[in-house]
Amino acid sequence: MAPTDTWYLVLAALLFAIGAVGLLVRRNPLVMFMCIELMLNAVNLTFVSFASALDDIGGQVVVFFVLVVAAAEVVVGLAIIVAVMRRQPGATADDVAVLRG
Amino acid sequence: MVELIVFLIAGTIVLGGAFGVILNSNPVHAALSLVATLFGVAVLFIAQDAHFLAAIQVIVYAGAIVVLFLFVIMLLGVDQAEQLEVEPLTAQRPVAILAGVVLAGFTLVALLAGGSTITGQKSVRGDIARGEDAVITNVDQIGRVLFTDYVLAFEITAVLLTIAVVGSVVLARKLHSNERSLVGDDGETTTPFADEPGEAVR
Repeated sequence: MAPTDTWYLVLAALLFAIGAVGLLVRRNPLVMFMCIELMLNAVNLTFVSFASALDDIGGQVVVFFVLVVAAAEVVVGLAIIVAVMRRQPGATADDVAVLRG
Repeated sequence: MVELIVFLIAGTIVLGGAFGVILNSNPVHAALSLVATLFGVAVLFIAQDAHFLAAIQVIVYAGAIVVLFLFVIMLLGVDQAEQLEVEPLTAQRPVAILAGVVLAGFTLVALLAGGSTITGQKSVRGDIARGEDAVITNVDQIGRVLFTDYVLAFEITAVLLTIAVVGSVVLARKLHSNERSLVGDDGETTTPFADEPGEAVR
């Protein structure tokens, strides 16, 4: 008995839901970022499953671009977190409201 | 049978790592759990014949992004455990968990209720490379498509990465003394972390 594509999609759905819950629950901006990575990985897994099911290499190419965008997003996001944390050590997600002019 | 065992082990690692990310109070432990999840996803990529993406997943995600996370955690000195018991917003957690359960429930119903979950046309480009006896390897196939059909998007990612590098340098650098007067000399920039690690960032 081999796992079908549906199994991969179910696993990806569960991973996405876990990431979404973590994003809503956690207050440390770094951990929130990690939860976003979890959600991106769930979507990547879905793309690869569909690429395999439909025999389309385009799904895998899209995952490549998602990886690039995720890397760029992490770099800029962590720079923002560093800038905020340097001004206000121990800042949580709520303290970003201080940024408003 | 082997595929089933691989799927079950990798799926357990993926979900266990994901729970580790959201349940660990220490950010360093959360980052290490994230590595477990990323490796599990890489194994699942290999199980679906996406060899190139599995390699990229390990190199870029587990190698670069998680190291960047750990670097920032150490740089900011936030590697002590966070108080997870305190709940600043009442009912935030129950509502968040309810939202997650509803999200998972709806997606699972959408996936499992229909007879065949994946609908759509098969690719007209031809089958993707599978197994040992494929005429073309996975890396070869992705390379060909990437540099023909998706070449414009590929070039745009180069611009995106350049913008990201410039943006992160601008955001993370320490203000010079003549620029600091524009911000206001309220001493906020002289936090304990503003001096030594700022040099390393710059």
